[in-house]
Amino acid sequence: MTKVKTQSLHKRESDLAQSNRQLEILSNGIFQNGELPTFKSKIAESNQFPLKAKKLEILQINVGYMCNQVCAHCHVDAGPDRKEIMTKETMMQCLDVIRNTGAHTLDLTGGAPEMNPNFRWFVEEAAKAGIKDFIVRSNLTIIRANKKYHDLPEFFKKHNVHVVSSMPHWTKGKTDKQRGDGVFDTSIQALKDLNAIGYGMPDSDLRLDLVYNPSGAFLPGDQNSLEKDFKKALIEDFNIQFHNLFAITNLPISRFLDYLIASENYEDYMYALVEAYNPLAVTNVMCTNTISVSWDGYLFDCDFNQMLELPVNSKVKHISEYNEDLLEGRHIVISQHCYGCTAGAGSSCQGVVA
Amino acid sequence: MQKTYYDPADLRKFGKISEWNQELGDKFFEYYGKVFEEGALTAREKSLIALAVAHTEQCPYCIDAYTKDGLQRGITKEEMMEALHVGAAIKSGATLVHGVQMMNKVNKLDGE
Repeated sequence: MTKVKTQSLHKRESDLAQSNRQLEILSNGIFQNGELPTFKSKIAESNQFPLKAKKLEILQINVGYMCNQVCAHCHVDAGPDRKEIMTKETMMQCLDVIRNTGAHTLDLTGGAPEMNPNFRWFVEEAAKAGIKDFIVRSNLTIIRANKKYHDLPEFFKKHNVHVVSSMPHWTKGKTDKQRGDGVFDTSIQALKDLNAIGYGMPDSDLRLDLVYNPSGAFLPGDQNSLEKDFKKALIEDFNIQFHNLFAITNLPISRFLDYLIASENYEDYMYALVEAYNPLAVTNVMCTNTISVSWDGYLFDCDFNQMLELPVNSKVKHISEYNEDLLEGRHIVISQHCYGCTAGAGSSCQGVVA
Repeated sequence: MQKTYYDPADLRKFGKISEWNQELGDKFFEYYGKVFEEGALTAREKSLIALAVAHTEQCPYCIDAYTKDGLQRGITKEEMMEALHVGAAIKSGATLVHGVQMMNKVNKLDGE
């Protein structure tokens, strides 16, 4: 069993557990005194304000904030102490949407989505909808956390689920520092389990992708170079294979914002994000083709806005009243955290965008 | 006027050197960018060389910049420290090899 490193901000009753406090920090200081431009004024420079939603391609559903890990940089502030879990009733409302959506990708996330007691039922039902790419974001260690999860690889295979898993580095020290003691060894074991049934193998249709996000206050390097280094190290050290690596930038919210402030890196990090601003990335930023659904069924432009409690700017607010036509063309709700998705080659749940 | 010779915030202003001589500034940054592109050496190898040289040159801006660059590329602290020892070995070797000149001089002036 993986040891948990810390408690969530919520459990610690930290100021930063409140989304309005996070938004306040992101709007004040260097952005208020004009040292750095706000995201709104930056995208206005290249005539990209207001940012508008295009046709929906990805439906991302957060089935709960409960997790067996307490990763240092988690933007969800997930952990074993979080009790927000999607009910079967909300899942049924999601299923209606999944059956009727024009989206080609269904993306289940959490917390550890597998910890939702209705997760398997939901996957079985959702898989029947015939969505082209059905993603489950698995933290890997859940597969080894308890006997009842040991058959998850087989379950994923049965429903042709595309597994996307976090792996901050190919070395134990850096991975455990970010994700908790013992996470690296357990993740390696879980990857071996997935490889053993065909996941991630070169000619296999069973997709296994890894997500890299930096272990500290710096931006990710080139995705292709990192993928090469990850592949080389994981093959040489553990004989593990996977398909693609998605390099994701840490957004300055929740526990990562807490870390940036505590380590006195906040201002430098925001400078780095703003300096790396890439207008090309804005064109393909994920909120323009994604809808994020929270555990209680509310709709957001992305998972980050969900955590900041910034709902979609639309008449439609809840999955029960979902209407793709009404959501298309909505103005995306933005703040300074959005710089995280437009830095360098950009960042999304599917990696770089530019 | 600042009271210290080095201010970390000055690194962000590096590009401003072009303001007082645009042509040479532009040429320098173009050259700099080209040097660090992937070539016969990988960008990762170049980053480690730059980190070692940053230390032998004792440039605090370069040390900050190439430590961060290394982290972004997934370079480990063990690799970084090994690169530094290469720089340190050359630096100390360069000092000690001059010892031959000292020995030559002693032998000439006060030899057996």
